[in-house]
Amino acid sequence: MLTLEQLSIGYRSRRDETVLASDISLELSEGELVCLLGPNGAGKSTLMRTVAGMQPPLAGRVLVDGDDIHSMPARDRARRLSVVLTERVHAGLLTAYALVGLGRYPHINWSGRLTDRDHKVIRECLERVGAQDLAHRYVSDLSDGERQRVMMARALAQEPRLMVLDEITAFLDLPRRVDAMRLLRRVVRETSRAVLLSTHDLELALRAADRVWLLPTGGPLATGAPEDLVLSGAFEAAFASEGVDFDRARGEFQVHRHFVGEVELVGDGLARYWTARALEREGVHVWEGDGPAPPILVVVPDGEGGEWIVSGGGAQVRHPCLYDLALELRARFQTVEL
Amino acid sequence: MNQPTEAPAPPGAPGADLRTTLRPVAFLLLVGGVAGVFVLELMIGSVPIPPDQVVRYLVGAQVEEAAWRTILFELRIPRAITALIAGAALGAAGLQLQTLFRNPLAGPWALGLTAGAQLGVAVVVAAGAVVGSELLSRLAFLSEIGIVVGAFIGAGGVMAVIASVARRVSTITLLVLGLMLGFLAQGMVSVVLHFTTETQGRVFASWNDGSFAGVYWDHFPVLLPLVAVGLVGALLIVKPLNALLLGERYAGTLGLSVERARLSALAGAVILAAPVTAYCGPVLFVGMIVPHMARGLLNTSDHRILMPAAMLMGSLLGLSADLVVHLPWERHVLHLNAVNALIGAPVVIGVVLRNRQMRSMAV
Repeated sequence: MLTLEQLSIGYRSRRDETVLASDISLELSEGELVCLLGPNGAGKSTLMRTVAGMQPPLAGRVLVDGDDIHSMPARDRARRLSVVLTERVHAGLLTAYALVGLGRYPHINWSGRLTDRDHKVIRECLERVGAQDLAHRYVSDLSDGERQRVMMARALAQEPRLMVLDEITAFLDLPRRVDAMRLLRRVVRETSRAVLLSTHDLELALRAADRVWLLPTGGPLATGAPEDLVLSGAFEAAFASEGVDFDRARGEFQVHRHFVGEVELVGDGLARYWTARALEREGVHVWEGDGPAPPILVVVPDGEGGEWIVSGGGAQVRHPCLYDLALELRARFQTVEL
Repeated sequence: MNQPTEAPAPPGAPGADLRTTLRPVAFLLLVGGVAGVFVLELMIGSVPIPPDQVVRYLVGAQVEEAAWRTILFELRIPRAITALIAGAALGAAGLQLQTLFRNPLAGPWALGLTAGAQLGVAVVVAAGAVVGSELLSRLAFLSEIGIVVGAFIGAGGVMAVIASVARRVSTITLLVLGLMLGFLAQGMVSVVLHFTTETQGRVFASWNDGSFAGVYWDHFPVLLPLVAVGLVGALLIVKPLNALLLGERYAGTLGLSVERARLSALAGAVILAAPVTAYCGPVLFVGMIVPHMARGLLNTSDHRILMPAAMLMGSLLGLSADLVVHLPWERHVLHLNAVNALIGAPVVIGVVLRNRQMRSMAV
């Protein structure tokens, strides 16, 4: 449905040209949710704007159903693709219903009058995003999450083939972000549209996207199922930076910690898992049975309300919480280092 | 234009705002208010005329005293019609500028259009002094056209400057720029007036006070068509204006040709504000506050409802302010713009305080 043909993106000023990525040739099929990922400055937003027809390409073409969106009238383009941007909308005294109604813009006549069919589409779109109860609230009174829902309903009401969503989850907290992704997946499957979503949220993209477009700084753009890109090491390469590693086994970023010491961890279950996480944050390794056992032993509690017991160096200390445990380990390893 | 009473929400939809359902009532009140103040304008003055006689005259029946007929026909009716259309024109111009610049304090006066028109008129008056007033007064109609053209060039010039920088500067910068361009134009007016005769200077000064009283029937053939074009134009761009509520970037993705919409709205504002200024002198505040009063009454930013409401509200404010001016005061001291300032300044203060950030168009 969407085809990028030898696309070069970037900026052209009077004197020179800044190419952010070139020679991008890709397809995006209907019913697909594609996430565009990439480090800051790689040109994600530029690619999004170029695909959305808001910025001309340096070379190549963007085709929707075979027609170049950069050479069609704005109204035709608006019927094929709709856009939601990161920026907050200050729509003043518009109700959510009226805002979604603006999505009908390319379909209605000069007077802006909505027909019965338009009203039907608006109601359906509000329902689809679960915002029917917001219909008569003013947009300025909505929370960020509610507003993004309404903006999505507006993008849907445009009845486009492709929805281009730029960082729309940026303002949302984690549950709201998961929710937005679930919603998008459902919309994509049910309406046989396609969605191109740019995001910073790597983990969520890995879990929700049908396909990932990965744009490293300086290109070239890599594409595939999210897991393909993890396996091939493309993620690691794209996000490689000092102090941060992409952990292929866990599919998440790891912060390099300066190694401060090692302990033996006794116990299991959830308590062990989170204790290990806390130790990792402190730069304390958990002894894995190779080599000599470290002098310090940490016993995790058995059930709720239990205590962490640290022994070693002849002393035994009990801690009611991980925070206290971490404080003590920090102190201990500092003395060792000194 | 479709019926403004067709609210965007489907009738009977759950949770519909009370003010939404009462919108037709609000429109009836506006129309009734305009009609009522119009009649009051005709009744009240140094010679009071009974309401029944005013209505008799308006429906074409015989009135008791011939003098009343003369007063009504020669003085009060032209003045009331002028207040009616000038108010509507400035209200519509203000609304379209506020939406276009996403600036709650935009208006023909705040952005310097009015001052630009003033300068244009001053230049024409001064040119008249240089060319010889005799020539121009013999060609009275031509000099009138000259003044209108001068106002257009002045207002259009300021508008061009404002429009060229509007996208690069903040809301507040734009307002300061508009005000400064206004002062600049007024300073140039003083310079230009040095080249006029004393009589012309006095004529200009009285025009410069702003009044609906100086317009007579023979001015209408120019004034009315221009304002009519502007008002129809304003109604034709309600759909683009609605899209612009989301900002220019979004409006573009909705299929709006942003450049064309900007141009129509800017040209429309000039077509509305320039002739009004040419004939009535600078009228302050109306264009800035009327959109806020209309929004306050109807509780919506939807231009399909707001635009007709702003026109009616503008007429109502124009007529009311003029009514205050020509109440039979002991001493005639109140100017139109003094009344406008008394009504307008508190409204503006309210808008500024409510809209602390001045960044968004929370209107």
